Amino acid sequence: MITLNVNGKRYELEVPADMPLLWVIREKIGLTGTKYGCGKALCGACTVLIDGNAARSCTTRVDSAGGKEITTIEGLSEGPGHPVQRAWITGDVPQCGYCQSGQIMQAAALLKKNPNPTDEDIDAAMTGIICRCGTYNRIRRAIHTASKMMAQGGAE
Amino acid sequence: MSGIMDKNHETGPAVGGELVIGFRLAALGSDAVEPAPAGLFAPNDFIRIGRDGTVRLIINKSEMGQGVYTALPMLIAEELECDWKSIVVESAPADLAYVHTVWGIQGTGGSTSTWSEWDRLSMAGATAREMLISAAAKIWNEPPSGCRAENSRVINAAGRSLSYGELVETAAKMPVPKDVELKKPDTCKILGKPQHRIDNRVKVYGTALFGLDADLPGMLTSVVAHSPVFGWKTAGFNADKAKEVPGVKEVVLIPTGVAVVADDFWAARKGRELLEVVWDEGEWAKLSTEGMRAEYRKLSATPGIVARKEGDPDQAFAKAARRLSAEYEVPYLAHACMEPLNCTVDLKADSCDIWTGTQAQTANQLAAAKVTGLMPEQIRIHTTFLGGGFGRRGNPHSDFVVEAVEVAKAVGKPVKLIWTREDDMKGGFYRPMWYDRISAGLDGNGYLTAWQHTIVGQSIMAGTLYEGFRVNNGVDITSVEGAEDLPYAIPNILVDLHSPKLPVTVQWWRSVGHSHTAFVVESFLDEAAHAAGKDPFELRRSHLTGKTRHRKVLELAAEKAGWGTPLQDGRSRGIALAESFGSIVAQVAEISVSARGKVRVHRVVCAVDCGGFVNPDTIEAQMESGIIFGLSAALHGAITLKDGRVEQDNFNNYPVLRMNETPQIEVYIVPSTEKPGGVGEPGVPPIAPAVANAVFAATGLRLRVLPMTPEAMLNAMKMTSSD
Repeated sequence: MITLNVNGKRYELEVPADMPLLWVIREKIGLTGTKYGCGKALCGACTVLIDGNAARSCTTRVDSAGGKEITTIEGLSEGPGHPVQRAWITGDVPQCGYCQSGQIMQAAALLKKNPNPTDEDIDAAMTGIICRCGTYNRIRRAIHTASKMMAQGGAE
Repeated sequence: MSGIMDKNHETGPAVGGELVIGFRLAALGSDAVEPAPAGLFAPNDFIRIGRDGTVRLIINKSEMGQGVYTALPMLIAEELECDWKSIVVESAPADLAYVHTVWGIQGTGGSTSTWSEWDRLSMAGATAREMLISAAAKIWNEPPSGCRAENSRVINAAGRSLSYGELVETAAKMPVPKDVELKKPDTCKILGKPQHRIDNRVKVYGTALFGLDADLPGMLTSVVAHSPVFGWKTAGFNADKAKEVPGVKEVVLIPTGVAVVADDFWAARKGRELLEVVWDEGEWAKLSTEGMRAEYRKLSATPGIVARKEGDPDQAFAKAARRLSAEYEVPYLAHACMEPLNCTVDLKADSCDIWTGTQAQTANQLAAAKVTGLMPEQIRIHTTFLGGGFGRRGNPHSDFVVEAVEVAKAVGKPVKLIWTREDDMKGGFYRPMWYDRISAGLDGNGYLTAWQHTIVGQSIMAGTLYEGFRVNNGVDITSVEGAEDLPYAIPNILVDLHSPKLPVTVQWWRSVGHSHTAFVVESFLDEAAHAAGKDPFELRRSHLTGKTRHRKVLELAAEKAGWGTPLQDGRSRGIALAESFGSIVAQVAEISVSARGKVRVHRVVCAVDCGGFVNPDTIEAQMESGIIFGLSAALHGAITLKDGRVEQDNFNNYPVLRMNETPQIEVYIVPSTEKPGGVGEPGVPPIAPAVANAVFAATGLRLRVLPMTPEAMLNAMKMTSSD
């Protein structure tokens, strides 16, 4: 029995210890906003926050996540949304949208540590997450927008 | 955005999203072809207005990022005069009502969605508007001519108004008018102006439903062991160990391999690792990229089937003041959609429900009917959001759908088939590998007088249901597009084609034939310009006789990029032009090459003439998207074979462009009233030659093989220094 804390809710789960957190979140808890892209921490579509840090859930064993605070895209915000999500909407970032949960979780983690990132900071933080639709420039712009929103008091 | 999406987010983002609604309705059956229930105004197959004023639009094109769930509603909303915020989009079921207006089957591709639906959807919106106006006029007992529609209300001359929601019952009883007049372009409020994407919200809150997110009660999950070599069959298997994995339910033989079926993905995957399969080894165990290259090269030196002949090329070459020749090569490419292929099937005695992100509903329906023995109308296709398509999800053989139906048939329970990233990348249906031999003759003034282009590569269309209208006298039109229809005035032209048959499966890949012909043609034109001592931009311009639109696009790109002006040290520019899918695109790439041979693209200026357009922000986004997609192929992409096996399996050995390699991109749209063209694909073709031409300008090295990796670059440097 593994106890997981996801988006502030407790789950008692009977799953194999080596099952990746990604599949537990998607198939056992039923939160499908976190995506499967590569299974090897190469594309970042599965990015979630574990104790506030961005993590690739496809290579995180579920038994290593027990007792930690896990946040998925569904739990990132209440009401009108996290500044990153709002900036994504006003900047028309998504195309197919499949990678965007991962992009948004990574961007939220970046802004939490570095509220005013430079382009180089954004490159360093975001390069692990692939977007085949090529929305990178809009992601970059939206991160700067979100940074401004947060500075102006658009709290999470 | 849409009211329903807002509400869903407020009440709990986990189950929100417009497509959830689509899922539920569609799961109950195709409401689009049944009589509308009371309280719903359903004037045609595309529009459903409810008492609450919600405007539900049933969209027959698949949303794979290209923005059809926004652009097509814009066409309807412009005429319907409805409140943009009241719109909810739902994916259309597979049904005759929703077939492509040109193709005659239901599907999304070829950058055709907007232009092919323009008239039909505008008319659908206008018809509904006229019926709502007539309904209000009837209630007020006055002639409709004195009433107008605006922002989901009908208003009369006296200023009285009724909302669309209030008019639903009466409008439903009005006769459907014929010969409705469409709005004049100068009265349009939505068309041609940027609109935010309707699907933004569901995609940033994680509530958009993709194929992989489908969930049915009692559903099992399956992964399939496929042959390691194209063309091999399963000879037998031992599933004893696989079945010991907790959660593994069944292991079954299907035509494409051995399916492991389990309670969840992880169990199925573990089971497959322990599965022992014996393959009936066929003749292709020695197939390799190296061997193919040698064969293709030999073939390219022999005459192929003529795709186009103009003038007398032989004589023109004999008379040319200067002749140059070159050979080009591009590899197989995987689509590598972010969402690996998947399909969920619920097969019953008299029905088959399929949930998948598909670009080819009719083909899927027919293929599933064949496997199940059901009638096509008993196959219900529920189209989810597509996590990328790029052509792959419009497979002419419905490969991933057929495989899922086979598994469901074998186990008798609802099944979700998942291809891992590795399955997806090794699974074939690649952009073909191509080998090109090309020659040009120039006169004493540096004008092109003769052109010969021999193309070698597998036919995409041969053996598919589209062969009849895409292959003429042995020439697959998609193999030579962009090569046989050059915009440049060259009096003597020969384009011929060899289409070798191989077991490696091939398919259209974003921009299809243009993905290779533009690279060859536009690189070689650059070679001709340098051979003639002319500026590459000027050489192109001087050969665009009578091609006003092409010249304008080329000039716009050059002007905005500062063509001919000095650049900072180490940077160079390259230019390329390509017409594809009814649109003309020119790009200027600004690059530098590191001492280690790495090509860095700093800036891309893109000019596009796509005729009349709907959403300029979509055009910009699609150009950006096409450029990044094309750069991935130009700099990184190659699927290679050794001993019959694909050598790449994930993003570590099939790299794609990432944030740190992304150039600054500027898009300029030529205002136009010409016939609308496509935008999903035309951004791709010019980028590879623009970069290769810039590399030549920077280094004097002509890279005629893609991708332009540091290794290829260093090899080219070595070859030059040892010459």
